[in-house]
Parts: sequence; C-alpha cells; structure tokens
Amino acid sequence: MSLTHSAHAPRHKRTLLLFLGFLFAALVLQSVSATSARADEVGTEYDFYFAGNVKYDSEPLEGVTISVDGNGYEAEVDTAADGKWKIGVPEKGTYTVTLDEETLPKGVIVAEGSASVEAEIKLTSSKIVNYFLGEGVRVTTSFWDQLAERLVNGLNFGLLLALAAVGASLVFGTTGLSNFAHGEMVTFGAVMAYVFANVLHWPLWGALVAAVIMSALFGFTLDTALWRPLRRKGIGIVQVMIVSIGLSLLIRYIFLYFIGGGTYQLPGAGEARITLFGTVALSVTDMVSMAVSVVVLLAVAWWLLRTRTGKATRAISDNPSLAAASGIDVDRVIRIVWILAAALAGLAGILWAYFRPGIKWDMGTQILLLVFGAIVLGGLGTAFGALIGAIIVGLLVEVSTLWIPSDIKYVGALVVLIAVLLVKPQGLLGRKERIG
Amino acid sequence: MSSSNAAPLKPVKSTGLHIGDAAPGVAKVDPIIIADNVTRQFGGLKAVDVEHLEIPRNAITALIGPNGAGKTTLFNLLTGFDKPDTGTWVFDGKQLNGVPAFKVARMGQVRTFQLTKALGLLTVLENMKLGSQKQKGEGIFASLIKPLWNKQEEEIEERALDILARFKLDTKKDDFAASLSGGQRKLLEMARALMSQPKLVMLDEPMAGVNPALTQSLLEHILDLKVQGMSVLFVEHDMQMVRHIADWVVVMAEGRVVAEGPPEDVMQNPAVIDAYLGSHQDVDLGVVTGRIAGEITSEVEDLLEEIDAETGVEHEIEQPPVVAPEKDEDSK
Amino acid sequence: MDWGSILSNTASWLISPETIAYALAALGLAVHFGYGGLLNFGMAAFMALGAYGYAISILTFGLPWWAGIIVGCLASVVFALILGIPTLRLRADYLAITTIAAAEIVRLLFTTQVFDSVTNSADGLGNYHAGFRAANPFPEGTYGFGPWTYNENGWWVRIFGICLLAVAALLVWLLMRSPWGRVLKGIREDEDAVRALGKNVFAYKMQALMVGGVFGALGGVVFALPSAVVPSVYVTSLTFFIWTILLLGGAATVFGPLLGAVIFWVIMGFLSNVLPALASSGFLPFMSTTQAATLRYILVGLALMLIVIFRPQGILGNKKELTFVK
Repeated sequence: MSLTHSAHAPRHKRTLLLFLGFLFAALVLQSVSATSARADEVGTEYDFYFAGNVKYDSEPLEGVTISVDGNGYEAEVDTAADGKWKIGVPEKGTYTVTLDEETLPKGVIVAEGSASVEAEIKLTSSKIVNYFLGEGVRVTTSFWDQLAERLVNGLNFGLLLALAAVGASLVFGTTGLSNFAHGEMVTFGAVMAYVFANVLHWPLWGALVAAVIMSALFGFTLDTALWRPLRRKGIGIVQVMIVSIGLSLLIRYIFLYFIGGGTYQLPGAGEARITLFGTVALSVTDMVSMAVSVVVLLAVAWWLLRTRTGKATRAISDNPSLAAASGIDVDRVIRIVWILAAALAGLAGILWAYFRPGIKWDMGTQILLLVFGAIVLGGLGTAFGALIGAIIVGLLVEVSTLWIPSDIKYVGALVVLIAVLLVKPQGLLGRKERIG
Repeated sequence: MSSSNAAPLKPVKSTGLHIGDAAPGVAKVDPIIIADNVTRQFGGLKAVDVEHLEIPRNAITALIGPNGAGKTTLFNLLTGFDKPDTGTWVFDGKQLNGVPAFKVARMGQVRTFQLTKALGLLTVLENMKLGSQKQKGEGIFASLIKPLWNKQEEEIEERALDILARFKLDTKKDDFAASLSGGQRKLLEMARALMSQPKLVMLDEPMAGVNPALTQSLLEHILDLKVQGMSVLFVEHDMQMVRHIADWVVVMAEGRVVAEGPPEDVMQNPAVIDAYLGSHQDVDLGVVTGRIAGEITSEVEDLLEEIDAETGVEHEIEQPPVVAPEKDEDSK
Repeated sequence: MDWGSILSNTASWLISPETIAYALAALGLAVHFGYGGLLNFGMAAFMALGAYGYAISILTFGLPWWAGIIVGCLASVVFALILGIPTLRLRADYLAITTIAAAEIVRLLFTTQVFDSVTNSADGLGNYHAGFRAANPFPEGTYGFGPWTYNENGWWVRIFGICLLAVAALLVWLLMRSPWGRVLKGIREDEDAVRALGKNVFAYKMQALMVGGVFGALGGVVFALPSAVVPSVYVTSLTFFIWTILLLGGAATVFGPLLGAVIFWVIMGFLSNVLPALASSGFLPFMSTTQAATLRYILVGLALMLIVIFRPQGILGNKKELTFVK
C-alpha cells in the first residue's frame, strides 16, 4: 500500500464538491449560459457537459486550466473572469476532470482532495465539478511523510481533547454525571479569550490566563448555582443529565445571541508554519499548545496522585460511600472538581480555537462527542483512562483522513467508540464491576 | 392452599437428606442443585471457590457465613446474574452454567434480592401479574389484540389476588409498590416469585430490614413453601431464625464451603466458629469491599493493606484532614 | 406590530407538519424512555433514516411513495438492531452516549460528499413529491378558514400526518395496557427484577427500541413530506427538542407527547413572530431581530431545565408516577 502511495500524488482525500439535483443543475445551467462564449466553454455541441466554478476565498479565479479526459475524448478550457467553465462531452460515462494546479495563483492549491477527480454523468445530462481551494504549497508527499504529519497533528488534537476529557471524566467519576454541557464549557474558554484579547485588547498571554480564570469561575458558579442545589435536592442522575442538556442548549444559544453565527480568530491564529523535519511543519502556536497541554496534564496527574484533594477525588470516584464514610468532605471535593474541570475545558477551548482554527458559538458541541468517546474508550470515570482515550481519539481522527474523506473523519472515531463498547464495555483501563 | 390462617406453624424438619458424613460437599439423597468447581474472582479476591455442593430437594437450606463470604456472589452465579470463571452446575437434571438469568427463572429457579427490587411505579397487582410465566399477551403482536390474552389475564389476576390474600397484601393491590413499607416489599417480592410457580425459591436475606412484627409472618411463608412442595435456599444472618426453620445449613467463608449439616450440628462445628470468630472477627468484610458503607477502622485498613499486598490493587483511604464542617448525605 | 398576523401565524402551528412530525417522534421516545427507560439520545437519526429512506427510495430507486415510507421504517428497524445489539446489555449511560454518537454518524454519512450521488450531500434532497401528491384525494383548491387555510397539498400532508399520529397513539395505548407493556414498564423500574421473573429483558428492550424508532422514522417522513430533506436538520439539537417535548407533556403518557409538541411549536411559533416584531418596533432595546429570534432557543434550554427539576412528570403525568427511577 505504501509503495503505490509513495509513487503517486496524494489521493488520500477526495476533494470533489459535487452538486447534483434538478434545482441546482437548472440554476447553474442558467448562470453558465449567461456567460459569453469564450475559451471557457468547449464542446457546446454535445448534449452532456461538465461545468464548475473556480473560486478562492469567494473570489472567482480567471484562466485556471481544467481538462476532461475519458471515453476516448479530451478537452481543455480556461476559466472565465467569473471563474466559470464548461466542457461538453459526447456521451454519458465516467471522465477524469483535472484542475491544473500550475495555473492557480501562487500559494493557492487544491486544499481538500485531489486536483484530478473521477466524475460520472449518469442520470442527468450534466455534472458540476467544483474544487476546494486553499492556501498552501503544492507538495507531493509520500505516504510515510503524510502519516508523520497526521500523527503530529493528531497528537496535538488529542492533547487538547485530553484537557477537556480529563475534566469531564473527573466530573463523571465524582458525581456520576455525563455532562452534556461540557462542550459549552469548552466554548466558554474560547469566547472569554476572544473577549479579553480581541474586544478588550489585553496582551495575548494576559487574555488567555484571564480566560482560564474566568472558566474556573464559571465552573464554580455553575456548581454553586445549579449542581450543588440539585445534589442537595437528591435529584436522580438521569434527571441531572437532562438538566445538563437543557443547560447546554441554554448556554450555546446565549453564545449565539452575543457573538452571532460567524467565526472569529484569536490573535496569532493561522500563522506561518515552521518545518521541523520532513514534511512535518508546525506553527509556534501549535508547539506552544502542545507544550501547555503536556505541562497542564502532568500537573493534573501530579495533583491526582500526590495531593490530599487529588487523592480524595480518586477515592470518591472509586467508592463514594466509602470515601464519605472515611471522612472526606465529598461536597467540597466535587466543587473543586467542577472548578478544575471548567478551567481545563476553558483551556481546551482556547487551544481548540487555535487548532480548528476559529471561535464559533457551537465549537464545543463539535468535540463533545469526541470527549465522551475518549472517556468511554478509557473506561468511564478514570481520569488517566480519559487521557489515553483522548490521545487515541485525536490520533485516530487525524490519521484516518489518510484513507477516508475528511468530512467523515469523526465517523471513524465514533465507530471505534461503539466498537469498544461492544468488545470491552469497561473501557481500556476500567475495571469490571462487582454485582450484588 | 391456605395454611397461614392457622396458629403459628410448628416447623416440621426434614431429616435424612444426606448420604454419609455431613462434611462440606456431602452428597444428598435427592439433590435439586449439584454444583462443581465453581469459582469467581474479583480482581485478586476469590469471591467464590466451591468445589462441590449439593442442595437438597423439598427442604429448606440456609446459606450462612460472615459478610463477604461469597454468599450473594454464589447466588448470582447460580441464577445466571453473574458469569463464573470456572464451574458447572445442574439444576433439576439440566445443565445450567452459561444459561442466561431469564431462562434460569423459566426453568423454575426464581430468586429475590438482598436489596428489595419491588417495581416501585407499578401497582402491587401489576407486580404480581408480572411474575406469571408463559403469558400470551407478553408477545408484542399478540399484545395488541386483547381477546387473545384476556382470559389468561383474568386467571392470572385471580391467582395473584389469591396469593396476595395469603400474604395479607390484598388491600394494597392498587397501590404503587413504592408506597409499601420495607417489610411489605419483601413480602411482595416473595409473593411475586411464587407467581411463577417455581421449583426452587432462592431468597437473599429475606429478613434484612424487616420489622419484627412481620418476621413471624415471613417465616411462616417460607415454611409454607416447603409444605407446597418447593425447595428453598436462603441466605441469612439471624442464627435464631436459621436454627428455627432450616433443615440443612451450608456455611461459607472466604468463598469456600467450610461446613454443612443439620443446624444443631453445624452450630457446634469448630470450622464454623472459626469462620465467624476468625482472625478478622471485628471486621465487616462488606465495608472492606465497599459493598456496605461503614466506618473505616484501623482493622479495616490493616486488612486492606493485606489485600493490597496480595493483589497489587491500590486502595486509597484518605484520612480526614479536619472534621468536615458540612456533611451532605445526599451528595451522591 | 401586527397582532392579527402574529396570532394567525401562531395558530397555524397547531396542525403544522412540523408539529405532527415532532409529536410522532416524541411518541416514539415515550416508548423508549417513558415506558421502557431507554435513554435514547439518537432520535434525530431515526427521523433522518425515515426522511432519507423515503426520499432516496423515490429518487434513486423510483419506488412509489408508500413503499418509500415502508423503506424508511425498515431502515430505522435495522438501525435499532445495529444500535441495540451492542448497547442494550450495557448500563443506561452507555446507551445514552452510544445513541448520540450513532446519530452523529448517521448525520455525517448523509452529509458527506462520498455518497453525493444518492444523498446530494449537504444540500439535501427535494422534488420527490409527485407520487405523494398524485395520491391526494382532495381536489385542487384552497380550503379551510382563518389561520388554517391551505391548498390541497397542504391539507393532504396534514391529514395524512394526523392519521399516522392517530394510529401510532392507538398502538402505544394498546401496547401499554397489555402484558407486554407491563413487562416493559417493569424493565424501566428494575431490569434485574424482571429478568429474575423469567422475562427476556434484552428482547423487550430491542422491541421497544424498534417500535419507538419506527415512530421516529414516521416523524421524519411527515417532516419530509411537504418540503425537502436537509441533513443539517438532524443534529443533536433536534433530539433534545424532542426530549423537551416529551418531558413537557409527560413521558409515560400517550397524549403527553402530542400535547407537548403542540405547546412547543405554538410557543416557538409565537415567539418567532413576536420577538423579532417587538425588537424591530423598539420594545426590546439592545436586541437585533436576529438576536430576538435566537432568544427562543435560549428559552427552550431554560424550559427543559426547569421542567426536569420542578415538574419531571410533565403536564399530563401522575405526580406519583415520576418517570425518573434512579
């Protein structure tokens, strides 16, 4: 597999955007026929055609060469000023539609998938072929280089996921709650960072630290105002879980209310990448992000293993009644766990905002299931399991894009989550439960 | 069918149940369960390790032993609620290991639970009806057409009301089971088990948490089961009660059967005395395994350390830094 | 502020296809959670399978519309099997996480480019109405009065949906008064106790998952009947809205989900009309009309929390018969 791959241009990600359907075809047909007949249209005498619109950053690109090859027929066009092109073909069937990347402006490449795609005209008389263009340098990388790159990216993603997962796992361990609002705690950190850095124009480091502190405060507030009263009321765990769903909707739409549906960048996002070795290139932000994740995770591990409260936390996860009976102030420990979990989630949110990149109102919800997946993979309620689970999920998501299209990369992780439940429901590090 | 209306029943002890000397694993004249080499391990702790055990038919057998002796685990294994690491057992001539719990129950071996499992949001009568086997209306398609199951439903209701009357729960038939007292729930659970017309009734601590006023009535019901031709296996701590109603006693300690015999003889057995007054006599093993909330005494810690040393499993026992200012029992 | 049109728009939500679709899905969830205690957080996937099963059967395979509905239901039954086999033996919270993950998998698979030729990826499917409309018994024209004035297609969708809903409600009522329903309710309370009574708990849970899933799929079909199938509809929020409806009306009741759906959509409809109107006429300072429209979702979240904390049995539920067991 690797041999054939290393010889070819990357074909790991298919990148065609195919718009089918009568409405759309009709729409495009109209706009295509409206353009003047230049070299952007060939083969108009035929009944069937491929067409598309080459745009980068919503700006049309002129003079990009597109060619169609197949069934003994070849044709080539350059895009018009509005980015449109159209190639008629004599018969139905499968053709190879290629965008010549040499003719793209400097620094622009086909970002997702290949510049050469197989397209088929089957039921309808036309097929729209569009490409996702993005910023970048066109390189032909070998399979192993790509793997190395994905592994590093996956590790980065896994580490930030671990920050969120360890917190959620501690909450689950001590309270039994699968907190569906954890994603919103992640978003909260990112939104706070945006408020301090972009709105109040604090220096970046101050803004990020303030965001994490605000997240911790957020956790404290939630525990004081909501979770603790619910514990006092003795409300069942399923009920509390559904309350967390309500809270998740509430907070998520409050974010939407205030920041709207757009995406915002933190200062320093999307900066240039430095090549480390081979094709592995990381930005300074990436490296700092990974370093911060590792340091914080080590600190949490130290806290759990060495400090009195940390040990108490594990004791409660192990056996709440035994812990309470041995004099641990369960309520106080749970409050600390909420604060810690919220701070970790906030930090994860900031790093996630750099990794995605961008801050969006539902960004936390996007990774909530991966966080849950990490927790289940590691064994519900064990913090170290969640850490390992998160890194596995992170690697899995990134590496799987070598074989599957990137728009279903989360599917792989979720399928593995279900598979693990099937084979080893107690997770990788969990223990079997005693019955009776 | 009605035997509880008379004066307190004088237990009629069944004797001559075994063949040869009453030692652990002794053969029975007419066993209903024969178990061989049944083991179950939790981490490093061997919870059950029974080489050979036979339970006599049409007799009341008590399973006793200190907390953590593996009685409930053995119950779980025999009824299919837990899977053993090794072992085979035969119930009424049928191989039962590996058979799922619901099939075990269908074969006529029903159990109750230590923590009563009354179905709280069903009425008492619904609880009872649920116990009946082979209901036509329990199939999803047949359930839609009432005439298919209506007649059987009426028969079941009649039988349920009959048993409820015997258990003096008939006045509560339309109440939610959740509204019953603890003792009444125990009664209901036993009555519900009878609805399935079992051969062997397995009762896990039927007397635990029952108000003394109901104890006598529960005892009579258990004795009544034998009169009606059923076999009974029950876990109990109350020696007085065991002596009173049991025909045969099996003693477990640390997962093993350490003694068997008629109640009077077993109580004199040195192995039994040792099991109860052994090296960890003050320690409630339930607390150690975390099954029961209890005080962590220094003995418990010693024992835990011992277990840790053996198993390599780490337990965290945090000594309280200061006495907690506010303790919240509802915090879980 | 045009109160007349606001109230008229609000009233039309009483029998909108959305209301009927959500009521069907909530009824399915009542079978899952209210009666069976199954924490299904993947209702959106069952709806998606119903909607896509219907649309794809017609568009790709050229089946008649009624066969499309059957395909949608079968798809949800298969999904229930795939989902249930690994998870129904596990703890309730595992089921919750697995179902929500499986629902996301389904949505992503409908969204991805990979199956574009069948699913039309993110743009969704449309134009599959011909068969259903040809079966319309109502002659062409506009009928009704006041806010409930629709053309023949509008009425056909609504009446067909209401018939489906009525049949579904009748089925739930029949099932739950039977011994089958008794076993299911027993499982909700304590599955070990029911197992100890010789009932095949796994089979009952699986049947409940399928029955509820089919209702969810029918909800998806009704949702798809008047308009189009777009994958971005079937997000987890949709599942959570269904939960809100179920808990609002009363989880272990037949009519609770119907009442819940009506209340939910009438209030949502009212707010979607009145909030932007208030904002644009200056009654809600510091609020744009978009923000005003977002506000109603914030209120949904708040309402869900308050219901669960203060009235977990819902509007129609019995105070004693709380639906949350543990």
